[in-house]
Amino acid sequence: MRASELLTVTDSGLYCPPGGFYIDPDRPVDRALVTHGHADHARSGHAHVMATQQTLDIMKIRYGAGFAGAEQAASYGNDLNVGGVHVKFVPAGHILGAAQIVLEFEGVRIVVSGDYKRAPDPTCEPFEPVPCDIFITEATFGLPVFSHPPVVEEIGKLTTSVTDFPERTHVIGAYSLGKAQRLIALLRDNGHDAPIFVHGALERLNAYYVSQGIELGDIRLVANSSAEEMRGAVVIAPPSALGDRWMRRFDDPLPGFASGWMQIRARRRQRGVELPLTLSDHIDWPDLTATISEIGPGEVWVTHGREEATVRWCELNGIKAQPLSLLGFEDEAE
Amino acid sequence: MTRLDADTGAMPSGSLKAFAELLDRLVLTPSRNGKLRLIATYLADTPDPDRGIALAILAGELSLKAVKANLFRTLAEEHIDPILFRLSYDYVGDLAETVSLVWPQKADNAGSLGLADCVARLEALTRAEAPAVVADLLDRLNPAGRWALIKLATGGLRIGISARLTKQALALYGGKDVAEIEELWHGLKIPYGDLFAWLEGGEKPKNTIIAGFSPVMLSHPLDAALLSNLDLRDYQAEWKWDGIRVQAVGQQGVARLYSRSGEDISGAFPDVVEAIDFDAVIDGELLARVPKTGRTGTFSDLQQRLNRKTVSSTLLAKYPVMVRAYDLLRLDGEDLRERPLSERRERLDTFIANLDSDRFDISPALEIPDAAALSALRANPPEPPIEGVMLKRRDAPYVAGRPKGQWWKWKRDPFNVDAVLMYAQRGHGKRSGIYSDFTFGVWQDGETGLQLVPVGKAYFGFTDAELAELDRFVRNNTVERYGPVRSVRAEPQHGLVLEIAFEGLNRSKRHRSGVAMRFPRISRIRWDKKPIEADRIGALEILLD
Repeated sequence: MRASELLTVTDSGLYCPPGGFYIDPDRPVDRALVTHGHADHARSGHAHVMATQQTLDIMKIRYGAGFAGAEQAASYGNDLNVGGVHVKFVPAGHILGAAQIVLEFEGVRIVVSGDYKRAPDPTCEPFEPVPCDIFITEATFGLPVFSHPPVVEEIGKLTTSVTDFPERTHVIGAYSLGKAQRLIALLRDNGHDAPIFVHGALERLNAYYVSQGIELGDIRLVANSSAEEMRGAVVIAPPSALGDRWMRRFDDPLPGFASGWMQIRARRRQRGVELPLTLSDHIDWPDLTATISEIGPGEVWVTHGREEATVRWCELNGIKAQPLSLLGFEDEAE
Repeated sequence: MTRLDADTGAMPSGSLKAFAELLDRLVLTPSRNGKLRLIATYLADTPDPDRGIALAILAGELSLKAVKANLFRTLAEEHIDPILFRLSYDYVGDLAETVSLVWPQKADNAGSLGLADCVARLEALTRAEAPAVVADLLDRLNPAGRWALIKLATGGLRIGISARLTKQALALYGGKDVAEIEELWHGLKIPYGDLFAWLEGGEKPKNTIIAGFSPVMLSHPLDAALLSNLDLRDYQAEWKWDGIRVQAVGQQGVARLYSRSGEDISGAFPDVVEAIDFDAVIDGELLARVPKTGRTGTFSDLQQRLNRKTVSSTLLAKYPVMVRAYDLLRLDGEDLRERPLSERRERLDTFIANLDSDRFDISPALEIPDAAALSALRANPPEPPIEGVMLKRRDAPYVAGRPKGQWWKWKRDPFNVDAVLMYAQRGHGKRSGIYSDFTFGVWQDGETGLQLVPVGKAYFGFTDAELAELDRFVRNNTVERYGPVRSVRAEPQHGLVLEIAFEGLNRSKRHRSGVAMRFPRISRIRWDKKPIEADRIGALEILLD
């Protein structure tokens, strides 16, 4: 069997003809396998959804109980059979519940990484490399300029700023699912014990992370707190809230943004933030190239992001590679 | 900036990396106080001589052109495939930043390189050894440090803070008056060990400089109500000239021209400096002079000569400048600052009479029998480069800073124009989340009929309640968004008219309209007017000459 027969690109996304299922389809289908809970991968309205229990829970929180006709939980590492194709979910290190999906059929093994990273993250299982024939990688940060700095340095920038400007409320924009909880957990690991205030949009996801055993410490809602209480504190909110009327409740806020894009100076200025933190849930260039070398696939297929540079690197290193023209979008809030 | 624990961050406080992080934060910190504190904190945390080198760079006293930018590209391409480099450069758009990010990270010693050490090596660089030395320096830095190194080595570092702000940060750090620092400044040497020792409680450095700067005396704004409380017999009246305040200093054959904050601007004005063949300190206004006529030119003419380090002979001939003197601080070794203005003025009169009148003349004293006469003069000044009137107490000594009740300025009423709101940008600090920076335009004949052309930007002049209304208008009338900026509906029959007050107009090649406003602010929101009723560009152009 040829790999292109096991997995093809369709208008709805990646499709596995022998198994009769899609992976992360962007429109409702009969049978979907979902890598993780971010909205561009997990959509509502499929007849059957297979994902990790945590991804299913997150979809339920975001879309409501009727988000799919039927759901089936897949545990990390369990061998499953979907329409005759051997399927396995393996940790991707991206966010809580995120998985790579391993497909095996007639001696061909494909790994669909979904979104993944190798940087430390106290809120999810670390990425597991799986040897394969075809490795499908994302390339959100697939350019040599993206070498994300050590996480501890970025957290240090935030805690230092809180010390230097103790009268200003540090309002940090962070993607509501994954990034926000990771930022909180990293602050706690770094010894920041003060209450952290959050935007209402984070409340249910935070509670879910805590129910899954992830310590977030003293978390309070911005809506229940006074400007006085929040002075000098860290506040975490969805990035869009920073440009919103919502910001007016703080006295002299110091806006920040936690994102992999913050490494680029023009992007910082564009965002209009005072404290850029380069913190990404996607793989950066050194880890991307190291991961490909480690897995040693026969061929690499590159999805959303900067496919061109990743394909070029593979060619230079004697690895067959091609871009997959998947309809994705630039993950601005990442 | 340097308080990470040794086991986590490992950032030696005098490192180029720490300096690079200061630069990054200064760029993104909009408030003046925020910038002052960042600099003061950095100076407190950083050892000598690294902080002195940093201070010199911030104040614009140290700039290197050790290496051409292309060397960095060549070096980078030894480590990275040219196609990958091109893709990266295309994305980032800045060569220094691209090289700083793609350079392979040597994790073990990143961040250890000291700022002073690094600058010393760059200054001593010969062409032959440049590639090897520069590559070694890049190896010993992190991306932020590499970026700063490349910008520093190629002379391309733009920090966006003024020398004056740096001196104010020093004043804040040491709890001193900024005037004291300005007075000492030109006698100090990089890396300023004696300055820091004084700021930290040691002895004040001796002012040994020849032809140094004397901090200037400033005025308070006046209005009709305050004027009615003054006895005009106690005051000398003068025009308020619309040029730039300067100090011309000659001593022991050394001649210098300073700005009001003590920056040495001699390099840009050799025509004036050449005429300083005396031993004295003159306080006055630098003005443009119309060649051959002896008349003074407009501020717009003067602008052709500003913000230059050097000047061509063509420019010197086309836009000559002169100093209109209004005070004499020192003459032939005698300090006159303790003497009353009336006496200084007499000495100035005699002194100026002997100087080259193309370069130095005197700001005449005005006859003002009563307050009405002063108001009349203020309303109808005879020459363009006048922006109001000044009153100075005849018995006042010359005191640095802004002493109360001594000098008054009464500016002419501002100009007004009705303009249309075109773009709005979110503010910072207390105004974050509020659209508070407004770009406005006036009508101009275009290829497709009347078009709006932007003429300025204003972010004050309104009350908090008016700001809330402006913000609401922007949100309800947004056409497009670009990051923190929104364009708003600005059509002949739908949009918002703003009455803009401004102090004057300059020609500008950088603005599409060809004009740039000085100190524009929103004086009224004209909810009652339709955009088509706003002014045409012609209403501004007539103000230019």
